[in-house]
Amino acid sequence: MTRQPNRQPQKAVGTPQSRVDGRLKVTGQATYAADHDVTGVAYGVMVDATVGRGRITGVDTRAALDQPGVRAVLHHGNAPRLPYVDNPGSNNPPGERLRVFQDDRVRFFGQPVAVVVADTLEAAQHAASLVTVTYAAEPPSTDLTTAPADEPQRYARGDAEAAWAAAPVKLDLAFRFSRNHHNPMEPHATIARWEGDTLTLWDKTQWVVGGTQQELASVFGIPQQSVRVISPFVGGAFGSGLRAWPHVTVAALAARVTGRPVKLVLSRRQLYFGTGHRPAYTYALKLGSDRRGRLAASIQDIRAETSSYETFTEAVMGPGHMMYRTPNVRQAYATVPLDVNTPIWMRGPGYATGAHVVECAMDELAHELGVDPIELRLRNEPETDESSGLPFSSRRLRECLATGAREFGWHRRNPAPRSTRDGDWLVGTGMAAAVYDFGRAPAQAHARINADGTALVQAATSDMGPGTYTSMPQVAADALGLTMTTVEFRLGDSLMPPTPPHGGSMTMASVGSAVQDACDKVRRQAITLAVNDARSPLHRVNPDDVVVRDGRMHVKNDPTRGETYRQLLGRNQRDHLEVIGSWGPPEQSRYSMHAFGAVFTEVAVDDRLGLVRVRRMLGVYDAGRIINPKLADSQALGGMVGGIGQALLEHTVTDARDGRIVNANLADYLVPVNADIPDLRAIYLDGGNDQNADPIGVKGLGEVVIVGVAAAITNAVFHATGRRIRELPITAEALL
Amino acid sequence: MFPFTYTKAADTRAAVAAGQRGGRFIAGGTTLVDLMRETVERPDTVVDISGLPLGEITTTRSGGVRIGALVRMSDAAADRRVRNTFPVISQALELSASAQLRNMATIGGNIMQRTRCTYFRDVSAACNKRAPGSGCAALEGFNRSHAILGGSSQCVATHPSDVAVAFAALEASVHLLGPDGERGVPFTEFLLRPGNTPEREHALRPGELITAVEIPAHPRPLRSGYLKVRDRQSYEFALTSAAVALHLGGGVVRAAKVAAGGVGTVPWKLTAVEQRLLGERPSDRLWTAAAAVAADDAEPLAHNEFKVELLKRTVERQLRVVGGTR
Amino acid sequence: MNGERRTVTVDNRTSLLDLVREHFGLTGTKKGCDAGACGACTVLVDGHRVNGCLTLAVRLDGAEVITIEGLSRDELHPLQQAFIDQDAFQCGFCTPGQIMSGVGCIRERHTGSASEIREWMSGNICRCGCYVKIVKAVQQAAKGR
Repeated sequence: MTRQPNRQPQKAVGTPQSRVDGRLKVTGQATYAADHDVTGVAYGVMVDATVGRGRITGVDTRAALDQPGVRAVLHHGNAPRLPYVDNPGSNNPPGERLRVFQDDRVRFFGQPVAVVVADTLEAAQHAASLVTVTYAAEPPSTDLTTAPADEPQRYARGDAEAAWAAAPVKLDLAFRFSRNHHNPMEPHATIARWEGDTLTLWDKTQWVVGGTQQELASVFGIPQQSVRVISPFVGGAFGSGLRAWPHVTVAALAARVTGRPVKLVLSRRQLYFGTGHRPAYTYALKLGSDRRGRLAASIQDIRAETSSYETFTEAVMGPGHMMYRTPNVRQAYATVPLDVNTPIWMRGPGYATGAHVVECAMDELAHELGVDPIELRLRNEPETDESSGLPFSSRRLRECLATGAREFGWHRRNPAPRSTRDGDWLVGTGMAAAVYDFGRAPAQAHARINADGTALVQAATSDMGPGTYTSMPQVAADALGLTMTTVEFRLGDSLMPPTPPHGGSMTMASVGSAVQDACDKVRRQAITLAVNDARSPLHRVNPDDVVVRDGRMHVKNDPTRGETYRQLLGRNQRDHLEVIGSWGPPEQSRYSMHAFGAVFTEVAVDDRLGLVRVRRMLGVYDAGRIINPKLADSQALGGMVGGIGQALLEHTVTDARDGRIVNANLADYLVPVNADIPDLRAIYLDGGNDQNADPIGVKGLGEVVIVGVAAAITNAVFHATGRRIRELPITAEALL
Repeated sequence: MFPFTYTKAADTRAAVAAGQRGGRFIAGGTTLVDLMRETVERPDTVVDISGLPLGEITTTRSGGVRIGALVRMSDAAADRRVRNTFPVISQALELSASAQLRNMATIGGNIMQRTRCTYFRDVSAACNKRAPGSGCAALEGFNRSHAILGGSSQCVATHPSDVAVAFAALEASVHLLGPDGERGVPFTEFLLRPGNTPEREHALRPGELITAVEIPAHPRPLRSGYLKVRDRQSYEFALTSAAVALHLGGGVVRAAKVAAGGVGTVPWKLTAVEQRLLGERPSDRLWTAAAAVAADDAEPLAHNEFKVELLKRTVERQLRVVGGTR
Repeated sequence: MNGERRTVTVDNRTSLLDLVREHFGLTGTKKGCDAGACGACTVLVDGHRVNGCLTLAVRLDGAEVITIEGLSRDELHPLQQAFIDQDAFQCGFCTPGQIMSGVGCIRERHTGSASEIREWMSGNICRCGCYVKIVKAVQQAAKGR
């Protein structure tokens, strides 16, 4: 990437800024989907299927309709037919979308089968409980291990079977992963309002334009511009907002039929049936190496659940074919259609699963060989990405491992299992490497310099928590030569320029680069205006020699010669200058692009009582340039908390008899609470700036920070107890 | 939530009268409102008893402690007399729920709280406790959290309270006021095992109101404590728990009060463990030997077999914590 | 309600949480689970932190309720400021409940150590995983008390 001759000084980027939306959030003024005040709103409450598969034989709505304030009960028997125009975009997986209220089929337990609309929430909830639905039930298929699989995706290099057979050291391991649910604190919610043929949605979404707007337009068969999506705040999502789920359509349908704006907030229970999940997996791995631990062969057979109507896949094969130098690899990844709702990407998608297997196996191999686990990884560090043959845009895993080992005190460790005891607790340490194939996609942004010298930058992206509201104005402020306080950044509205999904660690790289492009261009527009303006002190100066600081353009080597944006625009009677900027990755990438990390942890295990407690954790990351260290730190610590949940607590349980999720609530599906979390520490490697990845040098960090956490914990549990646990989460019963 | 009539009881007599007419008492409301929202509970009338004068903690003449039914969990846990005399009660309370819920929920309501069995809480599932005769989905379903003691072919749901385990251990009694006046019921007889009538959970007669829980005096010094084993470090119901109180004298165990939670359809008094301890010299070996009989009657289900061993170890650990390592 | 006397006629079934959100337009208090299992709806009733979702509004005749909107006027409450300083939130959805719970925690004097704060703040789930910084924010505000 060639640098622009007049590259702006970087004053905001890289500094620890507090969140610009902080005051709104701590005072309760931030408006999440269900918080918008829409006049005349009615309340929608969905009724869910209570069988795991079958047909609806009857819907009795009389008792519900008799309730005061009930406006309508919609179901497949009376709902209007919807066009459901094909939409291969919007993160819809291959298959056929669930078409709400369009037929009598029940495809999974909890599927929406009716919706009640009433004047009050209390009436709608009560009436929903009075709708009687009868079914011709069939036994659902919910067992990942026994159900027939689809034709697998395959990857191979070398001759893995022969190399494994010949390898002097062999491991043959079988891992299992429970289904996990995102469980953002904000339940998914939609307020839908029609004005003629125009639909406005206040929605919880991670993809305003390409997701919710495009999908709802296709469902209703209307032009995309006829759907407006407003989503200024997202109360966490972690992937659950990457699709427009059926309830969004239900809200819009209910509003259409009743002629009222309808507010539909999913219950916590409904989130387990209606907004995707990280699929359950079985993952068998055969690993062969020489006696020095140099990997020779890796054979991987992966099975993952999907729904009966859509084929969901994710990048679970990545770590198993690119992380370590391995001449011979064979992978098969088969989806298994079950009577469940369709999965969706969840934080660290694919990698949080695949890397767990690889990193636990490396620990097992290190122990088998008597080699330090860090040393084993260094011995297998690849020169290039062997799966693509491409060089890494940057790969500083060695530094992550070295820094982590030093800061954690790794080398003080006695490698023997069960070697440290503290009262009733066995104490162990463990580590794992982390990797994530961060995304990048075309994005646009709109930048405007106002006559008063302030700027407004907009893009239709989201901020589900990473701090988009803060990091984007940091990029913009530097590119425009303004201070943070004079740049406003707005997001979350489909009227704004389109951006990729707010996920896959691609927002900063993609939208940030578009913001930079827009701001560079509008700054150059201002400079061009000045140098061509005979009344400007900058008249006839070479534009490449002009920089902007604090809103004042001046000659780089002569700060006395210049003027402010405000002076320039005022004199020229310009209301504003504006540009739509864009950025997109090249079609053919010349690099393999990944964020890397190393996670170290100390756990205490009371093996008499089956308890595991994390005592400390350190993550060291190679995530490229860090735009805002304060917020990046929070994101890393949050990733660790998510990983602790994946390792020790999170497990969606299905009753095989009817496909019912039996722990569909926050008292039984356990996520970490404050008392579970000790001191956590994150370090980002100094000097990160991956210009091979994108113009602003960032690699994305929201996903890599959860990867490897569960493996480090699992490996530490082995070190503490001598027990290998190959199933997540690690439960009391596994340890007793 | 089904519609209901809301009334506020002016005094205990009015409350009892309203209860006799079928009204459901509401105090903290943390269980009742939750279950009404799930439509598990559908009372026609809700009688607010929070204004009644049942919020006192007093020391009884014999040296026991009487906790009024409307004392908040947080207040009971923090009370100096409770803390000093029966740490096991304070600990059980503070290991329950969350600070917010403890600020709302009362002692009477706590022992009346209903099971966390997921099938009980889900009106689309079969449950003999909620809908007698509909069957028990837990028996052949997911039953990790269910009882290994005291279950029947009709129901295997655990009682979720922690403090009730301490009350059972300490042989507390429940004070009741009904149409026929006051009476006391031993705590271990107050909560009922499911048998063939899992819908009957307690010994209350129509209209009867819990006025207090009384913990009798025990020989002093009494050491006591509560251990709660759970997946998460806080804000979770017990997998297993143990309430232990010991009086040591003359080098031997003179009194032993032990009960377990998370394992029984009611708080489970471990009489066999107590018997094994009495008169013996405290030692790690004694704790192990006594705890070994804790699960003798256990009948585990498909997903809670681990609780059999875990119960023994939980009791053993807490005997050692309270009785000391020797 | 936040220092103001409010008279309102509501359905018996209306929770305090739905009262403030749907009737008073005070949407700072959040519904995360509606079952007392997450703490997002934490408010102060007569000075005590409670779950708004499990409190029937009809029972609050004469009670004093403080929500996040009533915690401060022009100047932020020290705990609100501490949340910003420590970056004790990401998505912000659980934040009003965390702050109201933290105010309760400080009033109850359960701030003697980090581990005490962790336990007494465990009734408020944060899925973004901001616990380390929530503890620091409570410590910061408790220190200035």
